[in-house]
Amino acid sequence: MSEHTEQGGNAGHVVPVSTYVLVFFALMAGTALTTGVAYIDLGRWNTVVALAIAVTKMMLVVLFFMHAKYATGLTRIVILAGFFWLGIMITLSCSDELTRTWEIVPKGWNMVVPFVSHLF
Amino acid sequence: MSELAAHGAHPPGFAHQFETVGQQREAGRLGMWVFLVTEILFFGGMFASYTIYRALHYESFVTGSHLLEVKFGATNTYVLICSSLTMALAIRSAQTGKRKGQIIFWLILTMIFGALFLGLKLRFEWYRDYVDGIVPGINWAYNGPHAPGVQMFMCFYFFMTRLHALHMVAGLGVLTVLVIMTARNKFSPEYYAPLEISGLYWHFVDIVWIFLFALLYLIGGRYPGS
Amino acid sequence: MSTAQAVPAESSVNYLNANYGIKSWLLTFDHKRIGLLYLASITLMFFVGGVPAVLMRLHLIEPQGALFEPETYNKLFSTHGIIMVFFFLVPSIPATLGNFLIPLMIGARDVAFPKLNLMSWYLFIIGASFALYATLSGGVDTGWTFYPPYSSSYSQTHVVAVALGVFIAGFSSILTGLNFIVTIHKMRAPGLTWFRLPLFIWAMYATSLIFVLGTPVIAVTLLLLGAERILHVGIFDPAVGGDPLLFQHLFWFYSHPAVYIMILPGMGVVSELVTAFSRKKIFGYSFVAFSSLSIAVISFVVWGHHMFVTGQSVYAGLVFSVLSFLVAIPSAIKVFNWTATLYRGSISYEAPMLYALGFIGLFTIGGLTGLFLASLATDVHLNGTYFIVAHFHYVMVGGAVMAYLGGIHYWWPKITGRLYPDLWARIAAAIIFIGFNLTFFPQFILGYLGMPRRYAVYPAEFQVLNVMSSAGASILGIGYLIPLIYLTWSMRYGPIAGPNPWKAKGLEWTIPSPPPTENFTEIPIVTEEAYNYPVAELRKYSNTPGVARV
Repeated sequence: MSEHTEQGGNAGHVVPVSTYVLVFFALMAGTALTTGVAYIDLGRWNTVVALAIAVTKMMLVVLFFMHAKYATGLTRIVILAGFFWLGIMITLSCSDELTRTWEIVPKGWNMVVPFVSHLF
Repeated sequence: MSELAAHGAHPPGFAHQFETVGQQREAGRLGMWVFLVTEILFFGGMFASYTIYRALHYESFVTGSHLLEVKFGATNTYVLICSSLTMALAIRSAQTGKRKGQIIFWLILTMIFGALFLGLKLRFEWYRDYVDGIVPGINWAYNGPHAPGVQMFMCFYFFMTRLHALHMVAGLGVLTVLVIMTARNKFSPEYYAPLEISGLYWHFVDIVWIFLFALLYLIGGRYPGS
Repeated sequence: MSTAQAVPAESSVNYLNANYGIKSWLLTFDHKRIGLLYLASITLMFFVGGVPAVLMRLHLIEPQGALFEPETYNKLFSTHGIIMVFFFLVPSIPATLGNFLIPLMIGARDVAFPKLNLMSWYLFIIGASFALYATLSGGVDTGWTFYPPYSSSYSQTHVVAVALGVFIAGFSSILTGLNFIVTIHKMRAPGLTWFRLPLFIWAMYATSLIFVLGTPVIAVTLLLLGAERILHVGIFDPAVGGDPLLFQHLFWFYSHPAVYIMILPGMGVVSELVTAFSRKKIFGYSFVAFSSLSIAVISFVVWGHHMFVTGQSVYAGLVFSVLSFLVAIPSAIKVFNWTATLYRGSISYEAPMLYALGFIGLFTIGGLTGLFLASLATDVHLNGTYFIVAHFHYVMVGGAVMAYLGGIHYWWPKITGRLYPDLWARIAAAIIFIGFNLTFFPQFILGYLGMPRRYAVYPAEFQVLNVMSSAGASILGIGYLIPLIYLTWSMRYGPIAGPNPWKAKGLEWTIPSPPPTENFTEIPIVTEEAYNYPVAELRKYSNTPGVARV
């Protein structure tokens, strides 16, 4: 990592206009899709679909508009680290907030067998 | 000292703590990505809180979400996507050595879309919300069902969109500076780093809005009976 | 600073005398000058934060409190915590020694973003000013943890001003961390691969990861708290569906890794001191390096151990307890490696080494007592007592502050070009060690016996231990003042140090003391491992002739 070319990294990589325009239309289509799907009754799946489309749109922006597709491995690790840490924050906070009413631990060893069989 | 002898060969904008232009470019890019990670965590704190409260108070949040109008959220999403395209094209123009007028054209178009976004939010959403009395802490006169949870939802709606708008305003400031720098012939295919890293910031702000739109406007669906 | 007599030619122009005038300091982009600006600021904040501590210990000589009303006492411990955590410990080693040394240790001319570096100092000053203003106009009484609903709905003190100060100072540390990450990745000298880096750099890198990943969360949390307080919207208010524990989750998501921000740089310093003063390569280099990274990563998944008794679910308590035991492992690995480095080393007991040895012992005690607290059942008894106070003071003061002082003394000749009087330094180190233990060891016992923390009064049977603790605090205070005197004295009257007074390994010791503004006339090319001390030297000091086990 201590030698640096004059150009460095992906300095010279020029993305064709057609790629940008294609990504643009994909993003517009995704927006239309997610808006439309919201008016269809999918129950709990509405949220899943909306998030899936949002994540896809994000990937398009990150990979093409932000050039992550052409970037170094270090850049990708940095991006992944950001989301991973956000994931830690949400997951572990939820591990408390959503489990407040959970049954705690079985009382005594004679509860162990029913407890274990409850898992299966 | 070889560095001093080669000084004249360095393009404008070269910073002398670096050894080569390539090193500077890589450092600038890495620096902006690391900054964007801090922004992910910054917005992320609000997203985490929102997620938890939404899980705990689903009905109220759906009710609150229905107070927002999808057409404005969707329009704003289209507007921001356009601004991302124009930003990418502005950078590409510098990269490929186009005249500065062309770069400035795309930058100003980006600013127009950004300003349009803010204008739409202010006029058609926040102003109307204020008039309707659904701005917690400032003008709260909601009488419908699930009032406490709806107030919580609207709190998060306003905090998250205002924080986002603040970042947009900062972005517009950065774009103004870029326009001035372009007008002063600072950029070339060899040196366009400020454009590139500002572009990263702008696209990030767009991505935040993509998620805000999905999470704030569309949760629970908009179908009859939701 | 005026040049001294009989100055060797190569140090006649250095970063200190290259420009004169206050503007050349306040508008500098030189990382070394910025490091000194930070040094001055945080030294000030250390003593500002120390005053409430002295007052508290004087007050606690009497069971019913000797000096203050409970409301005032609450403000004292809050101010002490806020100033010491956010405005002293978090920036201490990174902003002073880190800023000064990182480019020197990696063979660079400056950090990656010198202007951001200066901006981070100004942000620190602005944040500290808000905090000082709030302190002088009456302070806050919420504790440094700002828990709602007290901080959001009931406290009548300057919560928003202090929160704003912390918020702004947070951005100072984010910029510092960002700068260090990019500098270490992109500006290492040719030949300086990751595994040839000094361990101080690994420690600073790990610390910078925490700066960047954790600090934004407390920023947004304080923003939400401020909004709740100013707009009276119940974000954390159960009456409208909020959860006070959500604040605690967000707060501790940063504040637990923050304590590792405070200790990791200290561990990095100790790695440097232990090798230099036993003249021996570090034992288990890659283990120490990876343990720094592990500590940084694992530190982010343990925060719930601060919430075992505040209403967190038992399930989450179990998860966080297990993970908290995990985080002790890399710390222990480091202690083992330092000890193994000392073994059969050629040890000398200059002041920096005394601080390093003190660190190893005191950090071990503090760290082990942390395990008592990671265990759910014992934490129920010990939480909210003086046991916790003793635990964190052992790691933060017995650990981080001693490492900080050790580092300041070790690199003082490099920073100023002068030597300090080592006899006085050793005396001060001894006084600090004795004063520290006398102050805080009784607090372990007090906590175990049940004396609550943050209380202005206590049952009479605890008085003896409290008086011991207060006596220790006075000794500790004197111990901290002594270095202030002789270090300042040495800047003008100390003997000239020369480039490498400790005969240590490391790129920073290959350039003049004080260094020239551009650091290196030619960027070095690195060909050897870190701490490449000659083995033959050890043979000289080893008890078994002809055999040196390294």
